[in-house]
Amino acid sequence: MIALLLRDLRLAVRAGGGFGLGLAFFLIVVVLVPFGVGPETELLSRIAPGILWVASLLAALLSLDRIFALDFEDGSLALLATSPLPLEGAAFMKALAHWITTGLPLTIAAPMLGFLLSLAPEAYFYLLVSLLIGTPALSMIGTFGAALTVGLRRGGLLLSLLVLPLYVPTLIFGAEAVRRGADGLDPTGALVLLGGITAGTFALLPFATAATLRINLR
Amino acid sequence: MSMWEYANPKLFMGWTRPVLPWTFGLAAACLVIGLVWGFFFTPDDFRQGSTVKIIYLHVPSALMAINAWIMMLVASIIWVVRRHHVSALAARAAAPVGLVMTLIALFTGGIWGQPMWGTYWAWDPRLTSFLILFLFYLGYIALWEAIEDPDTAADLTSVLCMVGSIFAILSRYAVLFWNQGLHQGATLSLDKEENISDVFWFPLLVCIAGFVLLFIALVLMRTRTEIRARRIRALEARARRA
Repeated sequence: MIALLLRDLRLAVRAGGGFGLGLAFFLIVVVLVPFGVGPETELLSRIAPGILWVASLLAALLSLDRIFALDFEDGSLALLATSPLPLEGAAFMKALAHWITTGLPLTIAAPMLGFLLSLAPEAYFYLLVSLLIGTPALSMIGTFGAALTVGLRRGGLLLSLLVLPLYVPTLIFGAEAVRRGADGLDPTGALVLLGGITAGTFALLPFATAATLRINLR
Repeated sequence: MSMWEYANPKLFMGWTRPVLPWTFGLAAACLVIGLVWGFFFTPDDFRQGSTVKIIYLHVPSALMAINAWIMMLVASIIWVVRRHHVSALAARAAAPVGLVMTLIALFTGGIWGQPMWGTYWAWDPRLTSFLILFLFYLGYIALWEAIEDPDTAADLTSVLCMVGSIFAILSRYAVLFWNQGLHQGATLSLDKEENISDVFWFPLLVCIAGFVLLFIALVLMRTRTEIRARRIRALEARARRA
């Protein structure tokens, strides 16, 4: 399993594009928002938690179709399915690799982009924590969506249509935690629920992902 | 003979043929009686005036929008467990009906909300959950349309329906956490003190029965269409091979 994780990480880094692309997209979305809504600091700092969460969600969405597509085309996914490693474990590792290459850099970059949107100073800590807890759930749900659409030639758009409604609870709790942090309220409830979603998705969705992969490989 | 044998495509076509016109007829009768009774023979509400009457469309369609998804979930589970093709096709047939019910509920709600709340749309938990349900229907239908092989499509949409149901319930409670509501609470429950008045309640019941029957009739009809379409495809494949 570790070998699979390292292989995916190496591929992501060396193949180029996938690794930095999500980050660049995140930056561009955040930069575009002030052009859209105007440069007033007050307004920006009020909408900053939501913008940062939505932007990181979209950036995570961007690289989803790469999770299985290449492995499916060159047949290594079929090899994975016949290997002694259970496919559930492979799905878990794929999601983890996706998180390390997109979710983690986004989490680290988000506070810096918070400056651009003049996020309230109290909220930085909660932004970091909520993204750290929440983005793994985005990767796992996205891995499930990628498994559903892996056999389709133009699955990218369909993938977003399938995955975005599934992202709703994660987004609500994540952005709510940051907003409460910014308003000086106690965000523990939202953070705990966010952690619950992440734990639940990582416990259950590998099974659904493996089942859909088996159907697609039939 | 077990109940499962009615799901054999040939038997299904057999017993639905005589049942279908009756279901349609009953649905039409219930809807006509319920709507005419509701629109013309009930008094106006003392606070809402005549706008209250949209309840006869709004509540039944909202109920059926949720029940259609539950029916799809049950049909998906039956397909995954027992692999009855009719079950998968029924789930496929129910999806657009549920989608339209969701739309009717959203639109009638907006029409009612304009004079009452002063707005067509508010980010109220119930309204938002319905919008999310609408997106789930869209994704489900799009996945069916995108996959060529019918068995693969049935399998994948079943998995999506099951996972989606969990997330739909999760979203339902997440939006409660996110915003407080404008929408009134349930007034149709059987065990509460404060309920809707009987004057509105009886025509509403007839309307709900009409919508349930209409849903059953539409799903049966669309399932028959799906079975026929699949037979045509099988015949064409055989003709191409010969």
